[in-house]
Amino acid sequence: MTIAYNEIQETIRMVQMESLDIRTVTMGISLRNCADGDFEKVKANIFHKITKYAGQLKPIAEQVEKEYGIPIVNKRISITPIAEILGDATVEQAVELAKVLDAAAEETGVDFIGGYSALVHKGVTAADQTLLDAIPEALATTNRVCSSVSIGTTRTGINIDAVAKLGEIIKETAERTKDHNSIGCAKFVAFCNPVEDNPFMAGAFHGTGEGEAVLSVGVSGPGVVLNALKRYPDADLGEVADVIKKTAFKITRAGELLGRVVANRLNVPFGIMDLSLAPTNAMNDSVAEILEEIGLESVGTHGTIAALALMNDAVKKGGAMASSYVGGLSGAFIPVSEDNGMIRGIEDGSLSLDKLEAMTCVCSVGLDMIALSGEASAETLAAIIADEAAIGMINKKTTAVRIIPVIGKDEGEIVEFGGLLGRAPIIGVKPFSSEKMIRRGGRIPAPLQALIN
Amino acid sequence: MQKRAVVTVVGKDTVGIIARVTNVLADHSMNIHDISQTILQDYFTMMMIVEMADKNRLDDLLEAFETVEKDMNLTISIQLEDVFQAMHRI
Repeated sequence: MTIAYNEIQETIRMVQMESLDIRTVTMGISLRNCADGDFEKVKANIFHKITKYAGQLKPIAEQVEKEYGIPIVNKRISITPIAEILGDATVEQAVELAKVLDAAAEETGVDFIGGYSALVHKGVTAADQTLLDAIPEALATTNRVCSSVSIGTTRTGINIDAVAKLGEIIKETAERTKDHNSIGCAKFVAFCNPVEDNPFMAGAFHGTGEGEAVLSVGVSGPGVVLNALKRYPDADLGEVADVIKKTAFKITRAGELLGRVVANRLNVPFGIMDLSLAPTNAMNDSVAEILEEIGLESVGTHGTIAALALMNDAVKKGGAMASSYVGGLSGAFIPVSEDNGMIRGIEDGSLSLDKLEAMTCVCSVGLDMIALSGEASAETLAAIIADEAAIGMINKKTTAVRIIPVIGKDEGEIVEFGGLLGRAPIIGVKPFSSEKMIRRGGRIPAPLQALIN
Repeated sequence: MQKRAVVTVVGKDTVGIIARVTNVLADHSMNIHDISQTILQDYFTMMMIVEMADKNRLDDLLEAFETVEKDMNLTISIQLEDVFQAMHRI
């Protein structure tokens, strides 16, 4: 069937003027057969396996973007949670392993490698503990390694001992990278109900239910959705949802096509499409601006949750029809520092930490890339994680926390992270302590799945 | 395998755009299947469906287009047809 003139124009406009891109192609690689009693062998196995499987990822993805004229912004790798193959390694060895991963990422040319991770939502093994102890130094001494820790699920409850430990890890990572605005914390995510096939960083890891290697795709396109809505200034909310749905369909189809071509050429199975709208600091590529286009004066004001719920659901409906395998996080991403509209909302005072928490009840990702006052204590950070995990646990959804207590900076100041990570106004935390609750430790029991009001 | 691609050319109208662009295509042994061109408020827009004989010469082609883009102040893009099919057809 021939393509119509206006259809060609629409696609060209989306790419050239509305920042349509594929946000990431992420190759998941299982490292489980890399374990060995000899630590030197483990290091060699891991480096060899990653560079063998992902060696062609970047050149092939670049070739495909050239052929189809749609940019693929990031090429990434996710791996088996490292704690699962650490065995009896020491903390120093675990840090060494992070450096091996960093070197493998550099060798393959990917920008991030995710999976320096542990799943401790019920309990902590000796290897998990080693990994947790190694995280601050690993993040401070590597550039491309991303770490995540699961501290709760709906089926197990929340491991508050682990949450308390994460507060300390984040604080220590911030201290160790304080010369660079505590940037180490931008590479660390705490999860409740993590998914095994998330292609987005910093929370990507290759879950235990996954195969040997797989290629998953994260699409993007808030700019395209925003511009589509601008063409219907007087539509009612049902029509608004419809416009978003149709746009998400087209974006997702383009993403799936390119993802399948890359997977095919790399000779690995295609995994999933992650339907999350992910913003960038580019002009008009903001999720917050979509909410404002729906009719809010500034993101964070009354009505934000309703607009977000509408948008998030419409994206999923359009995307689910467009792709044969939807997975990953598939919700709205609103990393504060990476979204110009969100930054403005905080500067203008319409958006607060409390509202951001509330927004995560209807969208997937949680508190993402939020710069906090460097004064925030480890217990306060842990309590923020606990709150967010509780939202995820009760609502049976993924929630994540990626917060950066910027050492030496206080509320109202602006911090520049640079590049894709953007810049963020520092948010203050409540002056009241949560220490006693966090110090109690133990686990919050798994919630009832009935009587759900 | 032969593949079809869509070439679009946008820019301020001037003499010889079609000549330059089609010459580049001919040099790369690309056959033109369909062509449509119009002037919109002084802006030249052209879309062509071409047969890509050899995908491996894409880099070479993009380079040649870049020269034309600079010389004539145009924006030229080439994309495999599949992406339009995927986005606009179920």
